[in-house]
Amino acid sequence: MVQLTGHNLHYSYTPDRMILKDISFRFKSGEIVSILGPNGAGKTTFLNCLANLVPLDKGEIFIDDKNIKKIPPREVAKVIGYVPQIIVPSFDFSVLEYVVTGCAPHMGTLSRPKQEHYDIAMDAIKRMGIEKLTNRSYSQISGGERQQVSIARALAQRPSFILMDEPTAHLDYGNQIKVLKTVRSLKEEGYGVILTTHNPDHALLLQDQVAILDRSGVLSTGLSTDVLNERDLTELYGTELKLFYEERLNRDVCAAPQFTI
Amino acid sequence: MPSQKSYRLIMLFLTVALAATSVIALCVGRYSINPAEAFGAVGSYLGKLLNATGEKPTAMENVVFVLRIPRILGAIVIGAALSLSGAVYQSVFKNPLVSPDILGVSSGASVGAATAILLGGSLLSMQILAFVVGLAAVLLSTAIPKLLKNNSNLMLVLSGTIVGGFMCSVLGVLKFIAEEDTELSSIIYWQMGSVQSVKMDTLLYVAPIFLAGAVILILLSWQLNILSFGENEAKTLGVNLKMLRGITIVISSMLTASAVSISGTIGWIGLIIPHLGRLTVGSDNTKMIPCAMLMGGLFLLVMDTIARTVTSLEVPLSILTGLIGAPIYAWLLWKQKARVM
Repeated sequence: MVQLTGHNLHYSYTPDRMILKDISFRFKSGEIVSILGPNGAGKTTFLNCLANLVPLDKGEIFIDDKNIKKIPPREVAKVIGYVPQIIVPSFDFSVLEYVVTGCAPHMGTLSRPKQEHYDIAMDAIKRMGIEKLTNRSYSQISGGERQQVSIARALAQRPSFILMDEPTAHLDYGNQIKVLKTVRSLKEEGYGVILTTHNPDHALLLQDQVAILDRSGVLSTGLSTDVLNERDLTELYGTELKLFYEERLNRDVCAAPQFTI
Repeated sequence: MPSQKSYRLIMLFLTVALAATSVIALCVGRYSINPAEAFGAVGSYLGKLLNATGEKPTAMENVVFVLRIPRILGAIVIGAALSLSGAVYQSVFKNPLVSPDILGVSSGASVGAATAILLGGSLLSMQILAFVVGLAAVLLSTAIPKLLKNNSNLMLVLSGTIVGGFMCSVLGVLKFIAEEDTELSSIIYWQMGSVQSVKMDTLLYVAPIFLAGAVILILLSWQLNILSFGENEAKTLGVNLKMLRGITIVISSMLTASAVSISGTIGWIGLIIPHLGRLTVGSDNTKMIPCAMLMGGLFLLVMDTIARTVTSLEVPLSILTGLIGAPIYAWLLWKQKARVM
């Protein structure tokens, strides 16, 4: 098991716009962490800090007992994979050519992918069940397919943690559920998945850890069943929300009530 | 995407076409010879050189060795270098509309060459000054974002625009104070590009830069794929972004600067040849870059052969590359219109 821990992280765009305020956490591989928060709270920024893309003002992030700042980028990439929200490629790569770049952290700077790397990429493509896309052009597949391709690339990277920035954002409802199922099965395979989402119901569906980032930059973490309650969710999103157990779904559900206008 | 086999076939075809065009270019011109004569001249000249008989070369041998071979090699090398740096720039800036001029290398080189012309310097001093000022312009463009502590691509492009614009104005000043009949026309002629004055020794000066630069960039070509996905993706794949971007920009700028320093500015090649390469073998830089280099060499060789044979006067290269390149570019866009976003 690999642990990703943060100690007293601070991050602000400007002195009066605090995004992360003295936050600490401990995420483990084999766990799903759903990061919730209203628009502009800094969910993506938080994820980018974890991926070492954004320099923190203060505080330290550790992979096990090693400070992430003291690990070369290539070594960090062996532990943390990243699935961006959306990629608009400037050039026309095939899905296989794209997925195989996930092997980059395991290769030398001057080397090129060899058969073994293409095999790893193919395994990842098969794992995601998108073999039929292998030789398709990345720019000519749908948003849902791109999401799966991006996850396949993260798998080819063989990390302990996969960070996903709003993996459901551009997808229809069916594809959203599909991605969440994938996330769930990645957990079963031992990956730690840390994702941001706009939908608190997704966090309930995933039934694991939740990290709530509010507008003042405070992070509260815990099991979804412990942390999420009607009052806090209503306050967090600034709109009335109901949290209840639905027998037919066999789970807790978070949804908005009928409008009273 | 073409398979490995069709990629090899395409490369083989381009190599054969390049060899055949070189032979044609060796034979045609004001002093036309047939291929047998051309090869005979090459053999006998080399024989004289090796045996050090002290025999004077014949007129035909001179035409072949002093004029045509350096010119052919020059056109191929310059075409390949401009295409290579164009391909690299497009990947680094993840933008297929970028050409190596974007950081001011060409306008800088023009200022250098014009300064040498005004000072009455020799051809060599012109080449050196063009190279130095061209490269200085790029370094200045890369220094501005560092001063502003903003490392984004956009900042780099904007600073390139500033440096390029400034260099153009300096060039304007130089043209303004130049002697109209002699200096001004030299500057303008230089800016239109020509490989006429490429000699064996000029090639020898720039050969190490071309060779070393091409080898390094080809070795880094797969990493360039990752760079073309964007900065954050490259970082999360463990790429040392700063170093990779720095190395590739400096090397491809050096290639462009040395090409421009011996041939003047030649437009369009750095922009359209990578496009043509991508259309032929796909976007994977490990295949596209070698392919674009062959295509660029072939393209400029054809252009230069037309330039020196079609009329009794030499046609400047940029005129031809523009007249032929612009329609080709339009055709390329039409071919991939569905994919242009």
